[in-house]
Amino acid sequence: MGPDRPQYILLPVRVGTIAASFAGALLLNFLPWPDLTLAPDFVALTLAFWCVRQPRLVGLGTAWGLGLLVDAGNGVLLGQHALAYSALAFCAIALSRRILWFENWGQMLHMLLLLEGAQLVALGVRLAAGDEFPGWSLFAGPLAATALWPAVGWLLLIPQRRPIEIDQNRPI
Amino acid sequence: MEHTPPPFFVRGPAPLVRLAFFASLSLALLVLDARFRYAENLRSVLSLAAYPLQQAARLPVALAEGVAGYFTSQSQLREENEGLRARLLASAQGAQRYEAAAAEASQLRRLIGAAERFERKSMPAEILYSGRDPFSRKVILDRGTQHGVRAGNPVVDEVGVIGQLTRAHAFISEVTLLIDKDQAVPVQVVRNGLRAIAFGGGASGMLELRYMAANADIENGDRLVTSGIDGTYPPGLPVASVVRVERDASYTFARVLAQPSAGVERGRYALVLSSEARLPPYPGEAAAERKAAKKGRPKKKDADGS
Repeated sequence: MGPDRPQYILLPVRVGTIAASFAGALLLNFLPWPDLTLAPDFVALTLAFWCVRQPRLVGLGTAWGLGLLVDAGNGVLLGQHALAYSALAFCAIALSRRILWFENWGQMLHMLLLLEGAQLVALGVRLAAGDEFPGWSLFAGPLAATALWPAVGWLLLIPQRRPIEIDQNRPI
Repeated sequence: MEHTPPPFFVRGPAPLVRLAFFASLSLALLVLDARFRYAENLRSVLSLAAYPLQQAARLPVALAEGVAGYFTSQSQLREENEGLRARLLASAQGAQRYEAAAAEASQLRRLIGAAERFERKSMPAEILYSGRDPFSRKVILDRGTQHGVRAGNPVVDEVGVIGQLTRAHAFISEVTLLIDKDQAVPVQVVRNGLRAIAFGGGASGMLELRYMAANADIENGDRLVTSGIDGTYPPGLPVASVVRVERDASYTFARVLAQPSAGVERGRYALVLSSEARLPPYPGEAAAERKAAKKGRPKKKDADGS
């Protein structure tokens, strides 16, 4: 959506699409990953996407509930992801107007900061709970997630696009 | 006149207020969970909600395995069958000897009046996935309280101990692996019976025997098995073998590292052992029982008690 780019008008989003995308992200998170260092957190990524695109539909409540589900599914401290996702959703909503004006690279840079920030919140919680620092590979997951940002954006907006029909009466 | 915006513009509380609300809610939950363990019921409910998704996530893997299994050739199967038959023969011999030895041991135990050891039930389980938590080493099994597993049960594979079941939900359960930083196993050196406690080494994937005196009789290559004195692990299960011993005169304790014997981070299947060992009550409980009996309320003693 830049000032000098064509702006396509999207169809209004359906709540079902958002719910389905969150279910898919949770499913991807629960996949038996062989190596977890580069496994992106799909729930955080999807959450950030919808917070940027639909800040009035997806907010902190959704983020908190999803965080609790992720916490319970992974058997970590209850509230760790809930806190991280709430902070992520807040920042994404606050920056949503700004982020959409950037091209893909600018958006990815913003996402990188947001996702690393969420990871930092989770790290802070665990350090406060008495765990030791597991190494810098902790910050590789958000990098992988950021690399997926354009693909996720393209994929999740498919249901909202309409076919481009050019005819003589409607040249746009 | 009071000035309020028209309902069209009402968007609920300010974002910062919402953030503060949810953050404090999370922090309260964190404290409840980490300090007081009050959140276990909520966790069970949530894990039940996540269960269908976890099952669905398993489907593609199961499907791929099914397809791969369908296309295994007959010669491969025959080869595998031969191998398995040979292994069965080899282990049958061992099993016969084990039976004889077990009978002899129980007879001897009766002779000296020691408590008999009971067979433990075991339940095969599949490892669904490993927890996405870089801070701890946990795996999720596909057996829960509905199948009869309980928190505290030891989990083994075909070689030795891999961990302990720390949380049992309705259909799934969490196993803390041996190498987790907070996991401890009471062990014994096979060579000389020296008792020790093996702690998980975290990211290194090793075990550490802490609080071993600097002059303790322990060497490289010593095999460690469970000692069974905690009543959780049955005695004699292989745990690890010692790979490094550092003795430094300036420290009170030796630094002993051991490599787990079992495939702690490998393998898809595990065996959950029940912990229905008959144990005498803990000293505190026993004292309370005696006091109650003295007060003139004769309490029926447990069959396993005293």
